Amino acid sequence: MDQRLRDLSLRTEAIVDRVEDLQSPDPIAARLRDLGFVAGEVVQVVATGPIGGDPLVVLVGYTRFALRRAEAARVFVRAAA
Amino acid sequence: MSAAVLNVALVGNPNCGKTALFNRLTGSRQKVANYAGVTVERKAGDIRTASGRLMRLLDLPGAYSLSATSPDEAITRDVCLGRMAGEQRPDLLVCVADATNLRLHLRFVLEVRALGLPMILALNMCDAAARRGIVIDRAKLEAALGVPVVETVAVRADGVGTLLSQIDGALPPPPSKRPAGDLHAEVRRLIADAVSMPRRTAVIDDALDRWALHPVFGLAILSVVMFLIFQAVFTWAAPLQDGIDTLINGSADWLRTVLPDNTLRSLLVEGVLVGTGSVIVFLPQILLLFLFILILEESGYLPRAAFLLDRLMVGAGLTGRSFIPLLSSFACAVPGIMAARTIQDPRDRLATILVAPLMTCSARLPVYALLIGAFIPQQTVAGIFNLQGLVLFALYVAGIVSALAVAYTMKLIRRDTIEHALLLELPSYRVPHVQDVLIGLWERASIFLKRVGGIILTLTVLLWFLSTYPVAPVGFAGPAIDYSFAGRIGHAMEAVFAPIGFNWQICIALVPGLAAREVAVSSLATVYALSAAADDAAGQLLPLIAAQWSLATALSLIVWYVFAPQCVSTLAVIRRETGSWKIVAIAAGYLFALAYGASFITFRIASALS
Ligand SMILES: Nc1nc2c(ncn2[C@@H]2O[C@H](COP(=O)(O)OP(=O)(O)O)[C@@H](O)[C@H]2O)c(=O)[nH]1
Repeated sequence: MDQRLRDLSLRTEAIVDRVEDLQSPDPIAARLRDLGFVAGEVVQVVATGPIGGDPLVVLVGYTRFALRRAEAARVFVRAAA
Repeated sequence: MSAAVLNVALVGNPNCGKTALFNRLTGSRQKVANYAGVTVERKAGDIRTASGRLMRLLDLPGAYSLSATSPDEAITRDVCLGRMAGEQRPDLLVCVADATNLRLHLRFVLEVRALGLPMILALNMCDAAARRGIVIDRAKLEAALGVPVVETVAVRADGVGTLLSQIDGALPPPPSKRPAGDLHAEVRRLIADAVSMPRRTAVIDDALDRWALHPVFGLAILSVVMFLIFQAVFTWAAPLQDGIDTLINGSADWLRTVLPDNTLRSLLVEGVLVGTGSVIVFLPQILLLFLFILILEESGYLPRAAFLLDRLMVGAGLTGRSFIPLLSSFACAVPGIMAARTIQDPRDRLATILVAPLMTCSARLPVYALLIGAFIPQQTVAGIFNLQGLVLFALYVAGIVSALAVAYTMKLIRRDTIEHALLLELPSYRVPHVQDVLIGLWERASIFLKRVGGIILTLTVLLWFLSTYPVAPVGFAGPAIDYSFAGRIGHAMEAVFAPIGFNWQICIALVPGLAAREVAVSSLATVYALSAAADDAAGQLLPLIAAQWSLATALSLIVWYVFAPQCVSTLAVIRRETGSWKIVAIAAGYLFALAYGASFITFRIASALS
């Protein structure tokens, strides 16, 4: 099942499938890959912002990042095994 | 080769403890400047090693990747590649990685290794890693990476010994240049081989974040933190500021008694001393604000605050990171604009700098107090509110609303639809380290005094000149300032300012008021030929202007001060932080236009109604 990180529910582990470019080149997508959003990596949304649930705080690897929903829309995940 | 001086550069991800390590290695022997042509901070320091060799240590900006996405990262990339004009390519790289965050940091280490420069990997925060039960097989990592690996604890006096002796030894052979494969896969392999990690995150971070990032409690905590900081800044700074004021007035009085009454004395006392005073008076507030900002930064809370407020700020064309600079600007726009350095994105940073002067700084308070006291009646509204208090509150709100509106308008004008990322790391919480905080504080204080103070002092002396010359002839009826250049400029300005209700006295007061907004009060006193000392000038002035000015004029002047473009310190710091006179002109221009427009409307409406 293919799901966007943006739509993942809180505190549910999932596995990154891919990061899609929204335009080319897409420096934000490239940066997401550099930060560890690569296939096979476990991710989890650990908090959401107070207004409109934006931005998200995502745990990837050992690190927490705050991402806006628009940024998180580039990341596709599948359910953790 | 430059004889015995070895150029060593520190590189690493943001939050790896690089600043702490640099402080530990160089102590207070640091030089802070800007890289040529950009406003990225360049920190360097010389160290002499145990064997007596001289090393030039350069602290490169933190970077996640050599594929740069910000001016900071571009500097790091260019210096490492030897492409940066005016910088020597480092002889040795010390790559710093947080031992508790290797999944992220090792990828950058591999990227740096591929440059093929001699390098050492410093595994920093080994104390924190040990506390969390993280075990790293240093020897295995060293063998797998092919570069020397040393453990460091940047916040402990004895935490950098091995690193120092490693630097002092022979240069390690440069790692072989290999084609960069899948770096992430290699990191995973390295971690599987050499690192045992009981848990992905620290228990304490999870517990704290559950509260700090909570939609309701998080905002409540943020409000409390901000409230406490403001209380502290205003209550602690006030006695210090009074002390400085007393000291300066005392020295001025003393100089007046010991020096003969001539031009030199006037220049020294009214120009230099009072000019310096108007700058130094703000130092306690500025330092206290910086102290709190540094503590918030060091502790890891700042990015959390940015996260909580990002949505709100994005709506207005700013970013979550704009919050601290704007908040600081309520005390004074100078530290606020300097704090905008924490915003890496140049566009967001510029927008923040441009709207920061709209926050109601404390220098406007004396002017507001005078005008509100003179023209707004003491009466109770709706049973509980004081009308004067309400007006003051409305002025603060007007500042915030106009800042948001201006930021939003700039967003529309720019019409660039390029998405700018937040992508903000929330690092582990750390107890701030006293030495690092003090060094940071010292750095900012000296930037303020050296670079901003110089400009302000020059301009104050210029303004002194304008208000003193030409000297009024004997028997000139009226205050001496009326005869001076400032007086003539004031009279000339009246034509421009009459449509918004300013009389020539106000126009003259606006000229020396350029030095600092609150100076306008004492200038008005001078214009109205009051000989009182500065502290009760307002008291004497109040009934006078209440009798002579129309309400419309007073309201117009109040509204003028909401935008108040005439603050030399603010313009000087904008020049210093953006390196561009054009931006100074834009800032002054739009503030002036807003002030004039809003005062015009206020004056017309108030005149029509009365
Ligand atoms: N426990 C511990 N804390 C450290 C160490 N090195 C740095 N820190 C703390 O980590 C935080 C971030 O460090 P800083 O030097 O500002 O990181 P930078 O972003 O890489 O410059 C600060 O609060 C430091 O006091 C270390 O070796 N051990």
